[in-house]
Order: sequence, then structure tokens, then C-alpha cells
Amino acid sequence: MSTVTEVPSGKVKRAVIDQAVIRFAGDSGDGMQVTGSQFTNTVALYGNDIATFPDYPAEIRAPAGTEPGVSGFQLNFSSNEVHTPGDAVDVLVAMNPAALKVNLGDLKPNGILIVNADSFRESDLRKAHLTANPLEDHSLDKFRVFPVELQRLTRAALEHLGLDAKAMDRCKNFFALGMCYWLYNRSMEPTVRWIEDKFSKKPLLVEANKRALKGGYSFCEATEAFQISYEIPPARLSPGLYRNLSGNQALALGFVTAAQKAGLRLFLGSYPITPASDILHELSHYKDFGVLTFQAEDEIAAISSTIGASYAGALAITTTSGPGMALKTEALGLAVMTELPLVICNIQRGGPSTGLPTKTEQADLLQALFGRNSEAPIPVLAPATPADCFWIAVEASRVALKYMVPVIVLSDGYLANGAEPWRIPNMEEIPGIPVHFAKDPEGFQPYKRDPDTLGRPWAIPGTPGLEHRIGGLEKQDVTGNVNYEPLNHENMVRIRAAKVEAITQDVPNDMPAGDPEGDLLIVSWGSTYGAITQSVKGQRAKGRKIGHLHLRYLNPLPSNVGDILKRYRRVLVPELNMGQLLWVLRAKYLVNAVGLNKIQGRPFKQAELDQKIEELLGL
Amino acid sequence: MTTTALPQLTKKDFQTDQEVRWCPGCGDYAILSAVQSVFPELGIPREKFVVVSGIGCSSRFPYYMNTYGFHSIHGRAPAVATGIKIAHPELEVWVATGDGDALAIGGNHTIHMLRRNVGIKVLLFNNRIYGLTKGQYSPTSEFHKITKSTPYGSPDRPFNPISLAIGAEATFVARSVDIFQAHLKNTLKAAGAHRGSAFVEILQNCNIFNDGAWVGLTEKDARSEHVLQLEHGKPLVFGKNGDKGIRRKLDGDIEVVQLGNGISESDLVVHDSHHPRSFYAFQLSHMEHRPGFPTPIGVLRAWDHLPRYEDVINEQVAEVIKKKGAGDLAKLLRAGDTWEVK
Repeated sequence: MSTVTEVPSGKVKRAVIDQAVIRFAGDSGDGMQVTGSQFTNTVALYGNDIATFPDYPAEIRAPAGTEPGVSGFQLNFSSNEVHTPGDAVDVLVAMNPAALKVNLGDLKPNGILIVNADSFRESDLRKAHLTANPLEDHSLDKFRVFPVELQRLTRAALEHLGLDAKAMDRCKNFFALGMCYWLYNRSMEPTVRWIEDKFSKKPLLVEANKRALKGGYSFCEATEAFQISYEIPPARLSPGLYRNLSGNQALALGFVTAAQKAGLRLFLGSYPITPASDILHELSHYKDFGVLTFQAEDEIAAISSTIGASYAGALAITTTSGPGMALKTEALGLAVMTELPLVICNIQRGGPSTGLPTKTEQADLLQALFGRNSEAPIPVLAPATPADCFWIAVEASRVALKYMVPVIVLSDGYLANGAEPWRIPNMEEIPGIPVHFAKDPEGFQPYKRDPDTLGRPWAIPGTPGLEHRIGGLEKQDVTGNVNYEPLNHENMVRIRAAKVEAITQDVPNDMPAGDPEGDLLIVSWGSTYGAITQSVKGQRAKGRKIGHLHLRYLNPLPSNVGDILKRYRRVLVPELNMGQLLWVLRAKYLVNAVGLNKIQGRPFKQAELDQKIEELLGL
Repeated sequence: MTTTALPQLTKKDFQTDQEVRWCPGCGDYAILSAVQSVFPELGIPREKFVVVSGIGCSSRFPYYMNTYGFHSIHGRAPAVATGIKIAHPELEVWVATGDGDALAIGGNHTIHMLRRNVGIKVLLFNNRIYGLTKGQYSPTSEFHKITKSTPYGSPDRPFNPISLAIGAEATFVARSVDIFQAHLKNTLKAAGAHRGSAFVEILQNCNIFNDGAWVGLTEKDARSEHVLQLEHGKPLVFGKNGDKGIRRKLDGDIEVVQLGNGISESDLVVHDSHHPRSFYAFQLSHMEHRPGFPTPIGVLRAWDHLPRYEDVINEQVAEVIKKKGAGDLAKLLRAGDTWEVK
């Protein structure tokens, strides 16, 4: 937290700073995600750049007050560009001892710690396996601790409303939110509007939440508890209209956009799975755009129905996460064989098996590239940031429709739930997606290819004179009839591979960020973009010659990757897996790249990257 | 508006140039012939037909039908077909499947398609054996059946496909037999006329791995004694001389009675395939498991008053558009809280 100036404001000092990281932590029933989202929305609307990291347990309601039940929401907001939610936090709001215990390690020395003093009774401490009360044993001495009786004060604020104690206690997160708004000089207006909208049918709850929010704000004002408040001016983002967007929302908007641009109905076949379900929820609202959502009986039916809808002429997509992706494997092969356009979104999470359902990981890359029987190449795209999910959805749809192929999009839990400001594009900035349905029976052959894309015609049922049969058995070239001849099979395998390779013509040559040549090239993909960008910026500011190549196309790779790799002395591939892109690069380009691998269900911290970079540079 | 009469289609219009590759003598030939005869009579343009299948001998069916066709993967035909129907409800989608495809690997999709009442016609070719993998027992094989994978007899109790379909609340459930051509065609026509999910079990012989699968029903002498041909509005009569019938007992159960000696057709249950409740059809479907009872064929249930799934989904979309107007993309992208950076 870098202090720029200090201005007196009554007895309370006001400091203008350029960045802060705040984390709300409590029970999964304490409403921490809502609290964090509200704070995010407010600072985004104010014009700060933001990056968020919601981190919640897989259990819907683990036993109250225990460590496994702790849910957190971290936000980095700044008057400069931000790329990550931040390594360490300036302000920690802890609703109980378990939340304090789990999160304290990330609080900066001298950081602000707001705790709910009402939840530090002996029984609360026991649930968190604490033998001593941290509020009394001096273990928190290096922080600025503010024990606040959130429960008592909230109840007092809501007195005479006629709510029972339990209902009143449910508002205490908004009391804490009100305090944070005061601390950062933020308007309560956006949250008040949200409350009025959210509880529009329950006027009593509107009143209660508003009172709790304002109660927290007034409490700070009246007691001058903090002695200091902060001001973070708006960021200098490129001009335009912005909104706050999470990765899953962005994917949903991207697919609606692609369908509109292509003039097709959007069909989503999906089976609920964390952390992908929000895309299904989101798209099920867009019926005014003709979106058809089908909650299938299982993952296999989800992709099978998607293949059927694609065959019938829709822009068809399916969304899932790792274990669901495994179940879809056989159907992916069918989509490759029948050469139908569809998009499969895998919102990766920690694995194998059920693994870490709510935690992020990038370990499904090799599955996406190779995880099918036989030779079944599929294009793979990966968004770099939450907002980039919008553009990847549009691009994946465009590629699928142009080349008549299934396309895999690899997002992850961090991108899915994380949010950032998104500059809303004008309609003209979004590429058109031309679609051609075969209509003419003259000379029609189901597997006669376009010479440029190698795509086959899309002849949808209902078109007179184009009746034909497709399926999973090997096809004869051109006619599409069942054929088992040895040379035809080899030819078809090579054509299917060449078709995916042909997409390279649409993939722009990649230019590394930072130095175009030098001591170290960092190659990355997916959600690690932000942390690496931040780290490279810092390292280059110290005069180090570093380039950063971030791949959005994993298959096919941009055609100049091999050349770029040769321009640096060392190559580092940081990934949230055991080294999967590293494996691909080493195999394909015979490059002596090394990995930085973290498999903890959490994103990289900048410090982890800095340390590895400096080690490789011999510093 | 002028209406153009549909060109009169014939059986030949539905035959493809592909060589049919079932074993000589297979029951599938008879089913193919019946379907090719019935399709022209449904009054639907050829390009509207889509035949979808999974994997197995019966699933080669689409290759021999000159319509749109999709030979998908094992067990998943109902799911592929559901996607087609939701995206394109006016298509006429038929699924060809077998006892392994529909009841083992694809059992889940079969029941969910039926309970949703997707407007799909399902032809389940039941030969009580795995043919394409050369002779293992299937979910409809008899208990204790000796097969390649059960040299000491099958430990599995079989599904009754008709009971399963009725249990899943299918709105049309029928049964016919490959070699009863006239009956089969009539049954297919009845299925074709149904708007919701139509489930037709076709008892089919596999002369290579399970020859005589249904001989107890198909042998000339056995036919009349062991088969009860259902007709809506007609009493349940069977037997060589039409001398046996099904009567309802006071406790709600049914019994087989000998006509004569004071018992006449007016004492028998009159078949009502349109009954809105499924318990009656379920009771009929269980007869074959009881000693002395016949096996019913024909339409057990045809109650077409449930909206089709694809219509429900598409009507929801239409209603929202009617209420909110067609979506405006520029507005959607700008929805919610926004702020301007200058």
C-alpha cells in the first residue's frame, strides 16, 4: 500500500494510495461471496481496475465455524492496471476464528484486520482448534487489529424491525461491508440499489440490509475507529464503456454473440458440474435471443444432444469440467468423425477424479489435445483472463463453423469465478461469422471438401435432395459412405489432421510481450497470464531482458512459435500442472525449456514467479 | 396461398444403394421392409425424416434408409435424437436400437427420453442376445441362459422392455413381431401417428446366435395359444378358437378364463389403450411372466395428451420473446452496471 499524500480531514486522516487488496473471509453461510462481489462492483463502477479471486469450499455448508467451511473473496483494486488479485492482503475481514486462522498468513505486516469480536467465545475457538484466543494472546501484535462486535452492533441497528435473531445475524456481512466502504471512501449507492432489487419482494429484508450497511458506515464515522481512511483514484483504462465481468459470464455472452453474428440458434446441452454450471444458469436466461438450453441426464447425453443439435443446424455447445470431460471422450471422437461444428468448454478444476471441485488447475491440457481413442485431433483454445473468455467464445465458434470441427475451450475455476472490468465492444469490433448451409443437390457429396478449409458441407435435415447418412464408422473420402479400405483410412486420418492444421492460416503470428529477444522467454497459457504479466513487468523494470509469449491457441500452435523459442537463452514454462505445455513444447520444438509447476489448487503468486525467474537468470 | 400436393412417395424412395449387410435370414430384413413400406404412407416429405441409431446389428439401419441418417455411438441415439428434436422440432425422428443398445449401455437415455416425452419414435429390435459381438447375453436374455459369456447360465434377471417403458411414463408403448408383417406395419403406422415419445418393441429373431428367440410365440401352433393381440375397444380374447379371455378380478388383478359355461365376452376386460393412467397397460405388460397367461402384442398404451418436450422448450423461448421482444445484442452486452472511461 504505497502512500502518495496525506490530507487532514477532521481528526481522521485520509491517505491517497494507488492500490489495495482486501479479503473477506467467513463461514460459507456468512455471505462472503456476496459481500466481495458488492465491494467489487462498487469499486469497478468508480473506475478502479480490479482483479478478484473468490475461493470457496466444495461443501455447501461445512459445519459452522470450522476451517473446512471457510469461504473467502479477495479483491485487488487500483488506480493502475492490475493483473492479479494480489499476493498478500492489506485488509482482512475475518468473521470467525477459523477464517482468521486460515487467512492470517496472507495479511501484510501492519495490515488492517477487522474481526467479528462476537465470534471469539471459547466454543468458537474450539471449532477452529485454537487453544488460546488470538485477540488476547498478542499473536496479532504486528497487525492493526479492529475487533468489532458485528453481531451485537448489527442486532442493535435492526432493533424493532421485528426480525428474529437468526435473520438479523444474517445481515452482519453488510455491516462489515459498510465499514469497508467507509474505510475506502466509497459510495453505498450501488449496493443499496442491489439490495432494493434483490429483495424487491421482501421489503423487510430491504430495510434490514440497508440498515446494516449504513450502520457499519456510521459506526466508523462516529467512533473514528480507524483513524485513517483511504482514497484510490480511478484507473486510467483505455477509453470506452466498461462493465464488470466474470469468466463464466463472459463465455455465456460470447456464445450468444457468436450465434447472433452467425445467424444461428444457440443450443447448450449441459449437465451441472462445478465450476461450469454458471454458464448453464446464465444462458438459460437468454431465451429472448432464442437460446435453447437442455439440462441433460448426464454428461454423455449433454454432448450427444449437442452433436444432434449441430447436425440439425444450430450453433451447439456443451460445458463441463474435468470429470465430465472424461465422460464426453467417446462422443468427442464421434464429433471428429462426423466433422460437425460444436464447442466444448472445459472449466478445469483440480483432479484427478473428483479432485478439488472448487479449486483451479490447468492439468487437462494433454487430455484436451490427446484424450481420445485413435487419431482424433481437435483444436484447443484457452482464454487468458476473465474478460478474454468473451473473445475466446466468439473465436471458438467461428473456427468450429468455418472448418466444420469440434473445438475445445480450456478455461479454469480461477477465470470462471474471477472478474475484471471489460470494455464493451461495439458491434463492428466483433468479427462476422459467415455460415453456409448446403442447398444444391447437384453434385452434392457429404464429404466433398472446401479446398481452403478442408471443411465438409453442412447439409442439415429438412433440405430436399440432400438426404445422406453419417456416423462413427470410417468414411470413404468424398462420398462419406462406410469404408474399411486401408489406404482410404490412412488418407482420412491425414485429412482430419490437415484440417485442424489448416486453422493456422487464421492464427496470427504471436509476438511476445516485453523483449523480442534476450535472456529469458516465458511461455504460458490460460489463467496464469495475469500473474506472469505482472511479474515480467517488474523484472523488466529492473533491466532484465525477458519476453512473454502467452498462447491462446494450443492447437494448432501459431506457426512462428519455433522461431520465437530460438531468440532467448532460456525458456521457462510456468503452469498449474506437472508440466503439460512444457512437454508439448519440448516434444515439438526440441527446446530445452524448464517448468515452474504448482499444483495446489491456487493461482501463482507473483513472488513465486519472481523467484524462479531470478534463479534462471542466475541472480 | 396455394398448396402443393406432396409427391406420392413409394417404398422404393426409401431404399438406398448400400448393400444390406445383415446375416441372411436375420429378422432385421423384415423390419427394414416394413419401415420402408410404412414411411411413404405417413404423408411426410422424405427430407424431414431422420433415422438415428446407436451401435449393434440393428443400428446399421440408417444406412439402408434413404432419409437423413445418423449412426451414432453405443447407447446414445436417444440423446443425439433429443438434440435434433430440440433444435429442429418439425423433423420426423426415428431411432433404431437393440436390446443391448437401448437397455444396457443406453438405458439411462432411454428412460429419460421417454419421461420427457420427446417426439421421437423408438424401434427396439429385441433378439435377446448380443449379435455384433457374437453371442453374449443381453438385458433381455432369459435367466440361466447359456451364452458365450455365461457358460453356466446367465445370473441376470431380464428387463421387460414394455414394463420399463410404461414405468418411465411413455405415452405410446407397443409390441410387434418381425415376421408378423401386417401387424408390424399397422403398429408402425400407429406409432407414426403419435406425437409424443413412441416406444415399439419388435420381437426379432437372430438366426445365428439365438435362433428361435421367440419361437414360443411365432410357431404357427403356438401363436394363437400364447399371443394376445390387443385392439382398442375389443375384449381381450385369445386361444386357438378364441375361447379364452382375460377377466378382471374383484381385487383389481386379472385372470385367464375359459369362455363358455356362463362366461361370455361381455365379462372380459375391454382393451383401452387411451387410458390416461398407465397402471392398466403395466398390468398387461406383466402377463407374460405368469403361468397360463398370453404375451400381449399390439398397442398397449397410446395416450397422446402430454406436450412434447421440444415444444415445451421452444414455446418457452417464444413466450419470452413475445413478452420481452427479440433480444438486442448491443443492449445485452451493455446490461447491468456500466461506467464510462473517457
